[in-house]
Amino acid sequence: MDTLLNRYRNITVLLLVIFAQLILLAYQVKNDKDVRLIRLAAVTAVTPLARAIETVRGGTDGFLQNYVLLRDARSENGRLRSELGKLKLENQFLRTELGTADRAKALGVFEARSPSKMIAARVIATATGASASAVFVDRGSTSGVEKGMAVVTPDGIVGKVLASYPTASQVLLATDPGFAAGVVSQKNHVRGILKGQGHGNCRVDYVQNEEKVETGEWFYTSGDDRIFPKGMQVGRVTVARAGNPFQEITLDPIGLANGVEEVLIVLEGVHQEIPEFKTAAQPMYIAPPVPGAAKEAQPVSASGPNRAPALTTDADKITTRYREIGAEQGHKFGENLPGSKPADFNVEPNAEPKAGEKAGAEAKPRADGETPANQRPPNAKPPAGVSPSPRSPVSPSQPKAASPAQPKPPQ
Amino acid sequence: MRYSDEHVMLHTQRDTRISRFKGWVLVLVPLAAILFQVYIPLFFQFLAYLELPLIVTVYFALMRRSPIGGLLVGAIVGLAQDSLSKNPLGMFGITKTIIGYVAASVGQRLDVDHPLIRLILGFFFFVFHQFIFWVLSRALLGQQMNFETQRTLVLGLLNAIVAVSLFHFLDKLKERT
Repeated sequence: MDTLLNRYRNITVLLLVIFAQLILLAYQVKNDKDVRLIRLAAVTAVTPLARAIETVRGGTDGFLQNYVLLRDARSENGRLRSELGKLKLENQFLRTELGTADRAKALGVFEARSPSKMIAARVIATATGASASAVFVDRGSTSGVEKGMAVVTPDGIVGKVLASYPTASQVLLATDPGFAAGVVSQKNHVRGILKGQGHGNCRVDYVQNEEKVETGEWFYTSGDDRIFPKGMQVGRVTVARAGNPFQEITLDPIGLANGVEEVLIVLEGVHQEIPEFKTAAQPMYIAPPVPGAAKEAQPVSASGPNRAPALTTDADKITTRYREIGAEQGHKFGENLPGSKPADFNVEPNAEPKAGEKAGAEAKPRADGETPANQRPPNAKPPAGVSPSPRSPVSPSQPKAASPAQPKPPQ
Repeated sequence: MRYSDEHVMLHTQRDTRISRFKGWVLVLVPLAAILFQVYIPLFFQFLAYLELPLIVTVYFALMRRSPIGGLLVGAIVGLAQDSLSKNPLGMFGITKTIIGYVAASVGQRLDVDHPLIRLILGFFFFVFHQFIFWVLSRALLGQQMNFETQRTLVLGLLNAIVAVSLFHFLDKLKERT
Protein backbone atom coordinates (compact mmCIF):
# COMPACT_ATOMS: atom_id res chain seq x y z
CA MET A 1 0.00 0.00 0.00
CA ASP A 2 2.78 2.37 0.95
CA THR A 3 4.57 1.59 -2.27
CA LEU A 4 1.42 2.32 -4.24
CA LEU A 5 0.93 5.65 -2.50
CA ASN A 6 4.54 6.59 -2.98
CA ARG A 7 4.39 5.65 -6.61
CA TYR A 8 1.32 7.77 -7.34
CA ARG A 9 1.90 10.43 -4.71
CA ASN A 10 2.64 13.24 -7.13
CA ILE A 11 -0.32 12.66 -9.38
CA THR A 12 -2.60 12.17 -6.37
CA VAL A 13 -1.60 15.51 -4.89
CA LEU A 14 -2.04 17.15 -8.29
CA LEU A 15 -5.53 15.75 -8.66
CA LEU A 16 -6.45 16.73 -5.10
CA VAL A 17 -5.28 20.31 -5.56
CA ILE A 18 -7.07 20.63 -8.89
CA PHE A 19 -10.20 19.05 -7.45
CA ALA A 20 -10.17 21.46 -4.51
CA GLN A 21 -9.90 24.42 -6.85
CA LEU A 22 -12.64 23.03 -9.07
CA ILE A 23 -14.96 22.86 -6.06
CA LEU A 24 -14.00 26.43 -5.19
CA LEU A 25 -14.75 27.49 -8.75
CA ALA A 26 -18.03 25.59 -8.87
CA TYR A 27 -19.15 27.14 -5.59
CA GLN A 28 -18.53 30.64 -6.94
CA VAL A 29 -20.16 30.03 -10.30
CA LYS A 30 -23.20 28.17 -8.99
CA ASN A 31 -23.98 30.53 -6.11
CA ASP A 32 -22.76 33.61 -7.93
CA LYS A 33 -20.80 34.41 -4.79
CA ASP A 34 -17.24 35.37 -4.28
CA VAL A 35 -14.80 33.90 -1.80
CA ARG A 36 -14.19 37.25 -0.28
CA LEU A 37 -11.66 36.21 2.33
CA ILE A 38 -9.02 35.12 -0.18
CA ARG A 39 -9.48 38.20 -2.35
CA LEU A 40 -9.48 40.46 0.68
CA ALA A 41 -6.16 39.00 1.82
CA ALA A 42 -4.59 39.40 -1.60
CA VAL A 43 -5.85 42.94 -2.14
CA THR A 44 -4.89 43.99 1.36
CA ALA A 45 -1.43 42.58 0.81
CA VAL A 46 -0.87 44.11 -2.61
CA THR A 47 -2.61 47.49 -2.60
CA PRO A 48 -0.56 49.06 0.24
CA LEU A 49 2.57 48.11 -1.67
CA ALA A 50 1.16 49.48 -4.91
CA ARG A 51 0.08 52.64 -3.12
CA ALA A 52 3.50 53.03 -1.52
CA ILE A 53 5.22 52.59 -4.87
CA GLU A 54 2.82 55.03 -6.46
CA THR A 55 3.40 57.55 -3.67
CA VAL A 56 7.17 57.25 -4.03
CA ARG A 57 6.91 57.51 -7.80
CA GLY A 58 4.50 60.44 -7.60
CA GLY A 59 6.62 62.15 -4.96
CA THR A 60 9.82 61.74 -6.92
CA ASP A 61 8.14 62.79 -10.12
CA GLY A 62 6.43 65.69 -8.39
CA PHE A 63 9.67 66.84 -6.78
CA LEU A 64 11.49 66.79 -10.08
CA GLN A 65 8.69 68.53 -11.87
CA ASN A 66 7.88 71.05 -9.13
CA TYR A 67 11.23 72.15 -7.87
CA VAL A 68 13.73 71.24 -10.49
CA LEU A 69 12.02 71.66 -13.82
CA LEU A 70 8.96 73.82 -13.56
CA ARG A 71 8.84 75.03 -9.96
CA ASP A 72 5.21 75.80 -9.31
CA ALA A 73 3.86 75.53 -12.83
CA ARG A 74 2.88 71.92 -12.21
CA SER A 75 0.84 72.68 -9.12
CA GLU A 76 -0.93 75.43 -11.00
CA ASN A 77 -1.53 73.08 -13.89
CA GLY A 78 -2.96 70.49 -11.52
CA ARG A 79 -5.22 73.06 -9.93
CA LEU A 80 -6.41 74.31 -13.31
CA ARG A 81 -7.03 70.78 -14.52
CA SER A 82 -9.11 69.89 -11.51
CA GLU A 83 -10.98 73.17 -11.89
CA LEU A 84 -11.54 72.44 -15.56
CA GLY A 85 -12.88 69.00 -14.73
CA LYS A 86 -15.27 70.48 -12.18
CA LEU A 87 -16.39 73.16 -14.62
CA LYS A 88 -16.90 70.58 -17.36
CA LEU A 89 -19.26 68.62 -15.14
CA GLU A 90 -21.05 71.78 -14.08
CA ASN A 91 -21.22 72.95 -17.66
CA GLN A 92 -22.67 69.67 -18.82
CA PHE A 93 -25.26 69.79 -16.09
CA LEU A 94 -26.23 73.35 -16.98
CA ARG A 95 -26.27 72.64 -20.69
CA THR A 96 -28.61 69.72 -20.33
CA GLU A 97 -30.93 71.71 -18.09
CA LEU A 98 -30.95 74.72 -20.38
CA GLY A 99 -31.43 72.59 -23.42
CA THR A 100 -34.79 71.30 -22.25
CA ALA A 101 -36.24 74.12 -20.23
CA ASP A 102 -36.08 77.87 -20.14
CA ARG A 103 -33.23 79.52 -18.34
CA ALA A 104 -35.12 80.54 -15.24
CA LYS A 105 -36.60 77.10 -14.80
CA ALA A 106 -33.25 75.42 -15.33
CA LEU A 107 -31.60 77.68 -12.81
CA GLY A 108 -34.39 76.99 -10.37
CA VAL A 109 -34.01 73.27 -10.87
CA PHE A 110 -30.26 73.58 -10.55
CA GLU A 111 -30.58 75.44 -7.27
CA ALA A 112 -33.12 73.02 -5.92
CA ARG A 113 -31.28 69.89 -6.98
CA SER A 114 -27.59 69.32 -6.46
CA PRO A 115 -25.67 67.17 -8.96
CA SER A 116 -24.48 63.66 -8.20
CA LYS A 117 -22.38 63.18 -5.10
CA MET A 118 -18.99 61.89 -6.17
CA ILE A 119 -15.66 61.00 -4.69
CA ALA A 120 -12.33 61.31 -6.48
CA ALA A 121 -10.12 58.25 -6.73
CA ARG A 122 -6.78 57.42 -8.24
CA VAL A 123 -5.94 54.34 -10.26
CA ILE A 124 -3.18 52.48 -8.47
CA ALA A 125 -3.04 49.13 -10.29
CA THR A 126 -4.47 47.04 -13.06
CA ALA A 127 -6.05 43.64 -12.61
CA THR A 128 -3.96 40.59 -13.45
CA GLY A 129 -4.26 38.78 -16.75
CA ALA A 130 -3.03 39.57 -20.22
CA SER A 131 -6.29 41.16 -21.34
CA ALA A 132 -6.98 42.93 -18.08
CA SER A 133 -9.74 45.47 -18.43
CA ALA A 134 -10.16 46.12 -14.76
CA VAL A 135 -8.23 48.45 -12.51
CA PHE A 136 -7.83 49.09 -8.81
CA VAL A 137 -8.51 52.52 -7.34
CA ASP A 138 -7.35 53.80 -3.99
CA ARG A 139 -10.81 54.30 -2.51
CA GLY A 140 -12.58 51.47 -0.77
CA SER A 141 -15.46 50.68 1.53
CA THR A 142 -14.03 52.93 4.24
CA SER A 143 -14.62 55.87 1.88
CA GLY A 144 -18.20 54.79 1.23
CA VAL A 145 -17.56 52.98 -2.03
CA GLU A 146 -19.85 50.02 -2.65
CA LYS A 147 -20.06 47.31 -5.27
CA GLY A 148 -22.03 48.41 -8.33
CA MET A 149 -21.31 52.14 -8.09
CA ALA A 150 -20.67 54.03 -11.31
CA VAL A 151 -17.18 55.29 -12.11
CA VAL A 152 -16.91 58.32 -14.40
CA THR A 153 -14.66 61.14 -15.49
CA PRO A 154 -15.80 64.62 -16.49
CA ASP A 155 -15.65 63.41 -20.10
CA GLY A 156 -17.81 60.31 -19.77
CA ILE A 157 -18.34 56.97 -18.11
CA VAL A 158 -15.38 54.74 -17.22
CA GLY A 159 -16.84 51.60 -15.66
CA LYS A 160 -18.41 50.29 -12.51
CA VAL A 161 -17.17 49.07 -9.15
CA LEU A 162 -16.79 45.31 -9.32
CA ALA A 163 -15.70 44.77 -5.74
CA SER A 164 -15.04 47.01 -2.80
CA TYR A 165 -12.37 46.32 -0.21
CA PRO A 166 -11.43 48.45 2.80
CA THR A 167 -8.42 50.09 1.17
CA ALA A 168 -9.20 49.78 -2.52
CA SER A 169 -11.88 48.92 -5.06
CA GLN A 170 -11.79 46.96 -8.27
CA VAL A 171 -13.31 48.78 -11.24
CA LEU A 172 -14.50 46.95 -14.33
CA LEU A 173 -13.78 49.16 -17.34
CA ALA A 174 -16.38 49.82 -20.02
CA THR A 175 -14.22 48.04 -22.57
CA ASP A 176 -14.42 44.69 -20.75
CA PRO A 177 -16.58 42.06 -22.48
CA GLY A 178 -18.42 41.52 -19.20
CA PHE A 179 -19.46 45.16 -18.93
CA ALA A 180 -22.97 46.30 -19.81
CA ALA A 181 -24.89 49.55 -19.36
CA GLY A 182 -28.14 51.01 -20.65
CA VAL A 183 -27.61 53.78 -23.20
CA VAL A 184 -29.74 56.05 -25.33
CA SER A 185 -28.83 58.00 -28.45
CA GLN A 186 -29.04 61.75 -28.39
CA LYS A 187 -30.77 62.46 -31.66
CA ASN A 188 -33.44 59.81 -32.05
CA HIS A 189 -33.49 58.51 -28.47
CA VAL A 190 -32.74 54.97 -29.58
CA ARG A 191 -32.16 52.70 -26.60
CA GLY A 192 -29.61 49.91 -26.44
CA ILE A 193 -27.16 48.05 -24.24
CA LEU A 194 -23.54 49.13 -24.21
CA LYS A 195 -21.11 46.22 -24.08
CA GLY A 196 -17.33 46.06 -24.02
CA GLN A 197 -15.41 44.14 -26.63
CA GLY A 198 -12.11 43.58 -24.87
CA HIS A 199 -10.33 46.32 -26.79
CA GLY A 200 -10.63 50.06 -27.34
CA ASN A 201 -14.15 50.21 -28.73
CA CYS A 202 -17.53 49.24 -27.33
CA ARG A 203 -20.67 48.11 -29.10
CA VAL A 204 -24.32 48.92 -28.62
CA ASP A 205 -26.50 45.82 -28.72
CA TYR A 206 -30.20 45.16 -29.18
CA VAL A 207 -30.95 48.08 -31.49
CA GLN A 208 -33.47 47.13 -34.15
CA ASN A 209 -32.48 47.61 -37.77
CA GLU A 210 -35.48 49.89 -38.29
CA GLU A 211 -34.24 52.40 -35.75
CA LYS A 212 -32.10 55.24 -36.97
CA VAL A 213 -28.61 55.64 -35.58
CA GLU A 214 -26.09 57.76 -37.42
CA THR A 215 -22.31 57.81 -37.42
CA GLY A 216 -21.04 60.58 -35.20
CA GLU A 217 -24.13 60.55 -33.02
CA TRP A 218 -23.64 60.71 -29.25
CA PHE A 219 -24.87 58.10 -26.82
CA TYR A 220 -25.74 58.92 -23.23
CA THR A 221 -26.54 56.73 -20.26
CA SER A 222 -30.24 55.99 -20.02
CA GLY A 223 -30.32 55.29 -16.29
CA ASP A 224 -32.18 52.03 -16.90
CA ASP A 225 -29.39 49.92 -15.43
CA ARG A 226 -29.69 51.65 -12.04
CA ILE A 227 -25.92 52.05 -12.00
CA PHE A 228 -25.20 55.12 -14.09
CA PRO A 229 -27.30 58.24 -13.62
CA LYS A 230 -29.16 59.20 -16.77
CA GLY A 231 -27.60 61.80 -19.04
CA MET A 232 -23.89 61.02 -18.72
CA GLN A 233 -21.85 60.99 -21.89
CA VAL A 234 -20.83 57.56 -23.12
CA GLY A 235 -19.29 57.98 -26.54
CA ARG A 236 -19.65 58.74 -30.20
CA VAL A 237 -20.78 56.27 -32.83
CA THR A 238 -17.98 55.28 -35.19
CA VAL A 239 -19.79 52.53 -37.10
CA ALA A 240 -23.53 51.99 -37.53
CA ARG A 241 -24.77 49.45 -40.02
CA ALA A 242 -27.55 46.94 -40.39
CA GLY A 243 -26.89 43.51 -38.96
CA ASN A 244 -28.59 40.27 -38.12
CA PRO A 245 -30.71 40.34 -36.05
CA PHE A 246 -29.73 43.75 -34.61
CA GLN A 247 -27.76 46.72 -35.83
CA GLU A 248 -23.99 46.65 -35.49
CA ILE A 249 -23.11 49.83 -33.69
CA THR A 250 -19.60 50.58 -32.51
CA LEU A 251 -18.69 53.58 -30.44
CA ASP A 252 -15.63 55.13 -28.86
CA PRO A 253 -15.98 55.39 -25.08
CA ILE A 254 -15.06 59.00 -24.46
CA GLY A 255 -14.29 58.48 -20.78
CA LEU A 256 -11.42 56.13 -21.63
CA ALA A 257 -10.11 58.13 -24.56
CA ASN A 258 -7.18 59.72 -22.72
CA GLY A 259 -6.33 56.83 -20.43
CA VAL A 260 -7.54 56.43 -16.89
CA GLU A 261 -5.58 58.02 -14.09
CA GLU A 262 -8.03 59.81 -11.88
CA VAL A 263 -11.70 58.97 -11.75
CA LEU A 264 -14.86 59.92 -9.90
CA ILE A 265 -16.96 57.33 -8.14
CA VAL A 266 -20.64 58.26 -8.05
CA LEU A 267 -21.79 57.75 -4.48
CA GLU A 268 -25.26 59.19 -5.03
CA GLY A 269 -26.35 59.55 -8.62
CA VAL A 270 -28.59 62.33 -9.90
CA HIS A 271 -30.34 61.72 -13.18
CA GLN A 272 -30.03 64.43 -15.82
CA GLU A 273 -31.86 65.02 -19.06
CA ILE A 274 -30.29 64.00 -22.34
CA PRO A 275 -29.19 67.22 -24.08
CA GLU A 276 -31.45 68.07 -26.99
CA PHE A 277 -29.96 67.57 -30.41
CA LYS A 278 -29.66 70.91 -32.22
CA THR A 279 -31.78 70.80 -35.36
CA ALA A 280 -32.65 73.40 -38.00
CA ALA A 281 -35.70 74.52 -36.02
CA GLN A 282 -33.74 77.17 -34.19
CA PRO A 283 -34.32 80.96 -34.14
CA MET A 284 -33.23 82.21 -37.54
CA TYR A 285 -32.53 85.63 -39.03
CA ILE A 286 -35.10 87.14 -41.38
CA ALA A 287 -33.99 90.07 -43.53
CA PRO A 288 -36.07 93.30 -43.51
CA PRO A 289 -38.73 93.61 -46.26
CA VAL A 290 -38.32 95.48 -49.52
CA PRO A 291 -38.58 99.25 -48.71
CA GLY A 292 -41.59 99.88 -51.02
CA ALA A 293 -43.58 97.07 -49.52
CA ALA A 294 -42.78 98.01 -45.96
CA LYS A 295 -45.85 100.24 -45.50
CA GLU A 296 -48.20 97.71 -47.00
CA ALA A 297 -46.75 94.93 -44.94
CA GLN A 298 -46.86 96.94 -41.72
CA PRO A 299 -47.17 94.43 -38.91
CA VAL A 300 -50.21 94.74 -36.72
CA SER A 301 -48.43 93.56 -33.66
CA ALA A 302 -46.68 96.09 -31.52
CA SER A 303 -43.34 95.99 -33.17
CA GLY A 304 -40.93 98.75 -32.35
CA PRO A 305 -38.87 100.57 -34.91
CA ASN A 306 -35.89 98.40 -34.24
CA ARG A 307 -37.75 95.15 -34.44
CA ALA A 308 -37.73 93.01 -37.50
CA PRO A 309 -41.02 93.38 -39.38
CA ALA A 310 -43.30 90.45 -39.01
CA LEU A 311 -44.96 88.73 -41.91
CA THR A 312 -48.54 90.03 -42.52
CA THR A 313 -51.61 88.14 -43.55
CA ASP A 314 -54.80 89.33 -45.25
CA ALA A 315 -56.48 89.61 -41.88
CA ASP A 316 -53.64 91.85 -40.69
CA LYS A 317 -54.10 94.09 -43.72
CA ILE A 318 -57.83 94.45 -43.10
CA THR A 319 -57.26 95.24 -39.44
CA THR A 320 -54.72 97.90 -40.45
CA ARG A 321 -57.21 99.38 -42.87
CA TYR A 322 -59.95 99.57 -40.24
CA ARG A 323 -57.60 101.26 -37.83
CA GLU A 324 -56.71 103.88 -40.43
CA ILE A 325 -60.37 104.49 -41.22
CA GLY A 326 -61.18 104.74 -37.54
CA ALA A 327 -58.36 107.21 -37.01
CA GLU A 328 -59.56 109.37 -39.93
CA GLN A 329 -63.10 109.46 -38.65
CA GLY A 330 -62.11 110.04 -35.05
CA HIS A 331 -63.43 106.67 -34.00
CA LYS A 332 -61.84 105.25 -30.93
CA PHE A 333 -62.08 101.51 -30.81
CA GLY A 334 -63.40 100.12 -27.60
CA GLU A 335 -64.59 103.44 -26.21
CA ASN A 336 -67.86 104.04 -28.08
CA LEU A 337 -71.04 103.68 -26.06
CA PRO A 338 -73.57 101.11 -27.10
CA GLY A 339 -75.85 102.53 -29.79
CA SER A 340 -73.42 105.22 -30.87
CA LYS A 341 -72.74 105.67 -34.54
CA PRO A 342 -69.92 103.51 -35.74
CA ALA A 343 -67.34 104.68 -38.21
CA ASP A 344 -67.96 104.15 -41.88
CA PHE A 345 -65.64 101.37 -42.78
CA ASN A 346 -66.65 101.40 -46.43
CA VAL A 347 -64.79 104.56 -47.30
CA GLU A 348 -61.30 104.43 -48.64
CA PRO A 349 -58.70 105.38 -46.08
CA ASN A 350 -56.79 108.56 -47.00
CA ALA A 351 -59.27 109.09 -49.85
CA GLU A 352 -59.05 112.69 -51.03
CA PRO A 353 -62.58 114.17 -51.46
CA LYS A 354 -63.33 115.86 -54.74
CA ALA A 355 -62.11 119.45 -54.93
CA GLY A 356 -65.60 120.97 -55.23
CA GLU A 357 -67.12 118.86 -52.49
CA LYS A 358 -64.32 119.60 -50.17
CA ALA A 359 -64.46 123.30 -50.77
CA GLY A 360 -68.24 123.39 -50.42
CA ALA A 361 -68.20 121.40 -47.31
CA GLU A 362 -65.68 123.74 -45.76
CA ALA A 363 -67.19 127.04 -47.08
CA LYS A 364 -70.88 126.67 -46.20
CA PRO A 365 -72.59 124.85 -43.46
CA ARG A 366 -75.22 122.38 -44.38
CA ALA A 367 -78.66 123.59 -44.98
CA ASP A 368 -80.20 121.30 -42.46
CA GLY A 369 -77.87 122.65 -39.82
CA GLU A 370 -76.22 119.30 -39.33
CA THR A 371 -72.49 118.87 -39.27
CA PRO A 372 -70.95 116.32 -41.53
CA ALA A 373 -70.46 112.91 -40.08
CA ASN A 374 -66.74 113.24 -39.96
CA GLN A 375 -66.97 116.53 -38.05
CA ARG A 376 -69.34 115.33 -35.39
CA PRO A 377 -68.12 114.40 -32.00
CA PRO A 378 -67.51 110.72 -31.92
CA ASN A 379 -70.11 109.99 -29.29
CA ALA A 380 -72.88 112.20 -30.77
CA LYS A 381 -76.05 110.42 -31.79
CA PRO A 382 -76.95 110.53 -35.41
CA PRO A 383 -79.89 112.68 -36.35
CA ALA A 384 -83.27 111.15 -36.80
CA GLY A 385 -84.00 109.85 -40.22
CA VAL A 386 -80.39 109.41 -41.02
CA SER A 387 -79.27 105.93 -41.61
CA PRO A 388 -76.83 104.83 -38.93
CA SER A 389 -74.55 103.43 -41.56
CA PRO A 390 -74.73 105.59 -44.63
CA ARG A 391 -73.35 103.70 -47.52
CA SER A 392 -71.07 105.54 -49.78
CA PRO A 393 -70.56 104.30 -53.28
CA VAL A 394 -68.48 101.17 -53.06
CA SER A 395 -65.46 101.18 -55.22
CA PRO A 396 -64.81 98.13 -57.40
CA SER A 397 -61.70 97.45 -55.50
CA GLN A 398 -63.49 97.29 -52.18
CA PRO A 399 -66.51 95.06 -52.52
CA LYS A 400 -65.14 92.40 -50.26
CA ALA A 401 -64.17 94.78 -47.53
CA ALA A 402 -67.76 95.35 -46.50
CA SER A 403 -68.99 91.85 -47.05
CA PRO A 404 -70.23 89.94 -44.00
CA ALA A 405 -67.59 87.32 -44.54
CA GLN A 406 -64.88 89.77 -43.57
CA PRO A 407 -63.61 89.84 -40.02
CA LYS A 408 -65.27 92.33 -37.77
CA PRO A 409 -63.38 95.51 -37.11
CA PRO A 410 -61.97 95.87 -33.68
CA GLN A 411 -64.37 97.62 -31.28
CA MET B 1 29.54 27.60 -17.87
CA ARG B 2 29.76 25.61 -21.07
CA TYR B 3 26.93 23.57 -22.47
CA SER B 4 27.14 20.79 -24.95
CA ASP B 5 24.32 19.44 -27.05
CA GLU B 6 24.84 15.98 -25.56
CA HIS B 7 24.18 17.32 -22.10
CA VAL B 8 20.56 18.23 -22.71
CA MET B 9 19.06 15.04 -21.33
CA LEU B 10 19.76 14.02 -17.74
CA HIS B 11 20.82 10.39 -17.69
CA THR B 12 21.36 9.68 -14.04
CA GLN B 13 19.84 10.66 -10.73
CA ARG B 14 23.19 12.24 -9.92
CA ASP B 15 22.71 14.74 -12.71
CA THR B 16 19.50 15.96 -11.11
CA ARG B 17 20.63 18.81 -8.99
CA ILE B 18 17.89 20.29 -6.85
CA SER B 19 18.29 24.02 -6.42
CA ARG B 20 17.37 25.49 -3.08
CA PHE B 21 16.22 28.99 -2.31
CA LYS B 22 15.88 31.01 0.83
CA GLY B 23 12.41 31.54 2.23
CA TRP B 24 12.28 35.25 1.46
CA VAL B 25 13.13 34.55 -2.18
CA LEU B 26 10.22 32.13 -2.49
CA VAL B 27 7.87 34.77 -1.05
CA LEU B 28 9.20 38.01 -2.44
CA VAL B 29 9.92 36.97 -6.01
CA PRO B 30 6.36 35.78 -6.79
CA LEU B 31 4.97 38.83 -4.94
CA ALA B 32 7.19 41.14 -6.98
CA ALA B 33 6.10 39.38 -10.16
CA ILE B 34 2.43 39.92 -9.29
CA LEU B 35 3.09 43.53 -8.29
CA PHE B 36 4.85 44.07 -11.58
CA GLN B 37 1.82 42.73 -13.41
CA VAL B 38 -0.65 44.97 -11.60
CA TYR B 39 1.41 48.15 -11.47
CA ILE B 40 3.76 48.51 -14.40
CA PRO B 41 1.09 48.26 -17.16
CA LEU B 42 -0.35 51.50 -15.79
CA PHE B 43 2.57 53.27 -17.41
CA PHE B 44 3.66 50.80 -20.09
CA GLN B 45 0.53 49.14 -21.36
CA PHE B 46 2.35 46.74 -23.68
CA LEU B 47 3.97 45.13 -20.64
CA ALA B 48 0.57 43.76 -19.62
CA TYR B 49 1.29 40.87 -21.96
CA LEU B 50 4.28 39.85 -19.88
CA GLU B 51 3.27 36.86 -17.74
CA LEU B 52 5.85 37.27 -14.99
CA PRO B 53 3.92 35.14 -12.46
CA LEU B 54 3.97 32.30 -14.96
CA ILE B 55 7.68 32.71 -15.64
CA VAL B 56 8.43 32.69 -11.92
CA THR B 57 6.26 29.61 -11.38
CA VAL B 58 8.01 27.78 -14.19
CA TYR B 59 11.42 28.78 -12.84
CA PHE B 60 10.82 27.54 -9.30
CA ALA B 61 9.20 24.33 -10.57
CA LEU B 62 12.05 23.63 -12.98
CA MET B 63 14.75 24.36 -10.46
CA ARG B 64 13.31 22.53 -7.49
CA ARG B 65 12.48 19.52 -9.65
CA SER B 66 9.72 18.50 -7.27
CA PRO B 67 6.28 18.00 -8.83
CA ILE B 68 4.48 18.57 -5.54
CA GLY B 69 6.53 21.66 -4.79
CA GLY B 70 5.95 22.91 -8.34
CA LEU B 71 2.22 22.43 -8.25
CA LEU B 72 1.95 24.09 -4.83
CA VAL B 73 3.94 27.12 -6.02
CA GLY B 74 1.72 27.23 -9.10
CA ALA B 75 -1.47 26.96 -7.06
CA ILE B 76 -0.48 29.73 -4.64
CA VAL B 77 0.74 32.12 -7.35
CA GLY B 78 -2.32 31.34 -9.47
CA LEU B 79 -4.76 31.92 -6.64
CA ALA B 80 -3.03 35.19 -5.75
CA GLN B 81 -3.33 36.20 -9.38
CA ASP B 82 -7.01 35.20 -9.37
CA SER B 83 -7.61 37.33 -6.30
CA LEU B 84 -6.49 40.39 -8.20
CA SER B 85 -8.36 39.57 -11.37
CA LYS B 86 -12.02 39.74 -12.30
CA ASN B 87 -12.16 35.96 -12.80
CA PRO B 88 -13.57 33.54 -10.27
CA LEU B 89 -10.92 32.13 -7.94
CA GLY B 90 -9.36 29.02 -9.39
CA MET B 91 -8.97 29.85 -13.06
CA PHE B 92 -5.33 30.90 -12.88
CA GLY B 93 -4.95 28.59 -9.89
CA ILE B 94 -5.79 25.40 -11.80
CA THR B 95 -3.82 26.54 -14.84
CA LYS B 96 -0.66 27.28 -12.91
CA THR B 97 -1.03 24.15 -10.79
CA ILE B 98 -0.86 22.07 -13.95
CA ILE B 99 1.99 24.18 -15.32
CA GLY B 100 3.95 23.82 -12.07
CA TYR B 101 3.50 20.08 -12.06
CA VAL B 102 4.46 19.63 -15.70
CA ALA B 103 7.43 22.01 -15.39
CA ALA B 104 8.79 20.13 -12.38
CA SER B 105 8.35 16.83 -14.22
CA VAL B 106 10.20 18.22 -17.22
CA GLY B 107 12.91 19.58 -14.93
CA GLN B 108 13.57 16.06 -13.70
CA ARG B 109 14.39 14.90 -17.22
CA LEU B 110 16.04 17.87 -18.94
CA ASP B 111 19.01 20.02 -18.18
CA VAL B 112 17.14 23.23 -17.53
CA ASP B 113 20.32 25.26 -17.13
CA HIS B 114 20.72 25.24 -20.86
CA PRO B 115 19.61 28.62 -22.31
CA LEU B 116 18.14 27.06 -25.43
CA ILE B 117 16.12 24.62 -23.35
CA ARG B 118 14.98 27.51 -21.20
CA LEU B 119 13.91 29.46 -24.27
CA ILE B 120 11.94 26.52 -25.66
CA LEU B 121 10.39 25.74 -22.30
CA GLY B 122 9.47 29.38 -21.74
CA PHE B 123 7.73 29.45 -25.10
CA PHE B 124 6.05 26.07 -24.60
CA PHE B 125 4.75 26.83 -21.13
CA PHE B 126 3.34 30.20 -22.15
CA VAL B 127 1.38 28.66 -25.03
CA PHE B 128 0.34 25.74 -22.82
CA HIS B 129 -0.79 28.17 -20.09
CA GLN B 130 -2.88 30.19 -22.53
CA PHE B 131 -4.39 27.02 -23.98
CA ILE B 132 -5.38 25.60 -20.59
CA PHE B 133 -6.86 28.93 -19.56
CA TRP B 134 -8.83 29.09 -22.81
CA VAL B 135 -10.15 25.55 -22.31
CA LEU B 136 -11.16 26.28 -18.72
CA SER B 137 -12.87 29.53 -19.71
CA ARG B 138 -14.94 27.77 -22.31
CA ALA B 139 -15.61 24.58 -20.38
CA LEU B 140 -16.15 25.86 -16.87
CA LEU B 141 -17.33 29.43 -17.33
CA GLY B 142 -19.00 29.09 -20.72
CA GLN B 143 -17.19 32.15 -22.06
CA GLN B 144 -17.02 32.41 -25.84
CA MET B 145 -13.34 33.28 -26.00
CA ASN B 146 -11.32 32.92 -29.16
CA PHE B 147 -7.91 31.31 -29.03
CA GLU B 148 -5.77 33.74 -31.00
CA THR B 149 -3.05 31.39 -32.18
CA GLN B 150 -0.85 33.88 -33.99
CA ARG B 151 -0.92 36.39 -31.17
CA THR B 152 -0.26 33.69 -28.59
CA LEU B 153 2.76 32.42 -30.51
CA VAL B 154 4.27 35.89 -30.81
CA LEU B 155 3.66 36.65 -27.15
CA GLY B 156 5.04 33.24 -26.27
CA LEU B 157 8.28 34.09 -28.01
CA LEU B 158 8.53 37.46 -26.25
CA ASN B 159 7.82 35.88 -22.88
CA ALA B 160 10.39 33.17 -23.57
CA ILE B 161 13.08 35.77 -24.28
CA VAL B 162 12.22 37.59 -21.07
CA ALA B 163 12.16 34.26 -19.23
CA VAL B 164 15.72 33.41 -20.28
CA SER B 165 16.98 36.76 -18.97
CA LEU B 166 14.96 36.51 -15.77
CA PHE B 167 16.08 32.93 -15.12
CA HIS B 168 19.66 34.09 -15.41
CA PHE B 169 19.02 36.76 -12.79
CA LEU B 170 17.13 34.38 -10.50
CA ASP B 171 20.00 31.88 -10.69
CA LYS B 172 21.99 34.32 -8.62
CA LEU B 173 19.46 34.01 -5.79
CA LYS B 174 20.01 30.26 -5.44
CA GLU B 175 21.54 28.99 -2.26
CA ARG B 176 25.10 27.87 -2.79
CA THR B 177 25.75 24.29 -1.77
